[in-house]
Amino acid sequence: MVIAMFDDTKLRQHAFDVAASVVDPEIPVLTIADLGVLRDVTVDEGRVEVTITPTYSGCPAMNMITLEIELALQREGFRDAKVRTVLAPAWTTDWMSEEGRRKLAEYGIAPPKPASSRRGLFGKDQVACPQCGSFDTEVLSEFGSTACKALWRCKTCREPFDYFKCH
Amino acid sequence: MATESIKISETPLVLYTLRRADDALVLGHRLSEWCGHAPMLEEDMALANMGLDLLGQARELYSYAAEVEGGGNDEDKFAYLRDVRQYRNLLLVEQPNGDFARTMVRQFFYSAFADLYWRAMMKSKDATLAAIAAKSEKESAYHVRHCSEWMVRLGDGTEESHARTQTAIDDLWAFTGEMFEADDSERALTDAGIAIDAAALWEEWLMTVSDVASEATLALPKSDWMQRGGRSGRHSEHLGHLLSELQSMQRTFPGVAW
Repeated sequence: MVIAMFDDTKLRQHAFDVAASVVDPEIPVLTIADLGVLRDVTVDEGRVEVTITPTYSGCPAMNMITLEIELALQREGFRDAKVRTVLAPAWTTDWMSEEGRRKLAEYGIAPPKPASSRRGLFGKDQVACPQCGSFDTEVLSEFGSTACKALWRCKTCREPFDYFKCH
Repeated sequence: MATESIKISETPLVLYTLRRADDALVLGHRLSEWCGHAPMLEEDMALANMGLDLLGQARELYSYAAEVEGGGNDEDKFAYLRDVRQYRNLLLVEQPNGDFARTMVRQFFYSAFADLYWRAMMKSKDATLAAIAAKSEKESAYHVRHCSEWMVRLGDGTEESHARTQTAIDDLWAFTGEMFEADDSERALTDAGIAIDAAALWEEWLMTVSDVASEATLALPKSDWMQRGGRSGRHSEHLGHLLSELQSMQRTFPGVAW
C-alpha cells in the first residue's frame, strides 16, 4: 500500500507537470498553469483526472484546451485521462500568476490589473503600453480579437496593443 | 422527416434555468446576425464578442439544466430540438435587430437588467448558478457600459440617429416589464434562496436607464402597459423564424455531428 501511494504521488506530480505545460491556443506564451485555469490533478488507480475552470463564458479556447490536455497526457502514456470542468468558484484574472503577467507583457499584451473588483473593471487607471511602457494610452475598443482582450493604443509610441481585460 | 422535439421534465429549477439560458441563446443569436454587417469593424467585433459571451452563458445554463433534469438531454438538444412553444425566453430578446439603434436599445434594456440580475444571483444558494452568475455579471457589466455609450452617441447625435433611437425605445418599451416578473414556481425558488426577486431590481434598472436616456436626450415612454408571454412559451412570430435558421441543420440532418 505504501508503495502504491508513493507511486500515485509520483504519478500525480508527473501528470500535473504534463497538464500544466499545455498552452493557451490563443495566447501560446501562457500555460494553463500561468492562466490559473488548471485547478487540480488527481490519480486514482492509475487513472488521471484533471480539473479545469473556464475563463470567459464563451471562450472557444476551452474546448481546445481540454483536447490538448488529453492529448498531452496520452503522449506521456496516461490512458483514459479525463478532464473535468468545474464552474465554482469562478475564475478571475486575479488567478493569473505573476510569471504569467510578465510573459504576457513580454509578448506584447498588457496584463490585467490585479484587482478584478468592479473598480478594476471600470477604474480609470491607465494601462501601460507593453511596447514602450508609457502610461499615455487610450482605449480604442472594449472588445478585441478574443473575448478576453480589449484594443488599446499608445499615444507615445503610436502602437496599438491588446489589453487582457479584468474579469 | 423532421426530427422530433425533445420532452422535458420541467421541475421549477429546470424551468428557471432554461428560461435564462433561452434569453442568452436567443439574444446571442440575434447579435451574431450582425456579424459582417456592423457599421464599423470595431463594432462588428463588439457585437460578435457580446454574442459570444451570451452563447457561453447559454451553454453553461443549458448544461446545468440537463444535469438537474437528469433525463439524457444536453445543451445541444435544448438548443436544437425544442419547438418555439418550448422556448421560454423574454419577448424582448427575440425582437428583430432592425437598424443599429434598435439593436442597441434592445441590448441596453437587457444588459442593464442582466448586470443587476447576475450580480444579485452571485448570492444564490445554488453553487452552480452562483458561479455562472459570477462570470455573467462581469460580462454584462461590459455590455451595459458599451451600450450606454452608444445610447448617448445615438440619442445625442444627429437628428436621424436621435429619431431612430427614440422610435426603438418607444417600440421596445412594452417588452421590458417581463424581465421583472415571476410566477409561482419562481417565487418558490426565491423563497428557497436559489432565485432572486427580479421585481426588486426594477427601481435600480429604471434609474440606470433614465440616467442614460436623459444624458442621451431621449425620453422614456410614460406607458406602463407591458406585454408578456415569452416565459410561458407564447412568443411573437419572430422567434419561429429565428429558430428555423438556428435549428436547420439538426432538423434536416438529425443527429449530424462535427
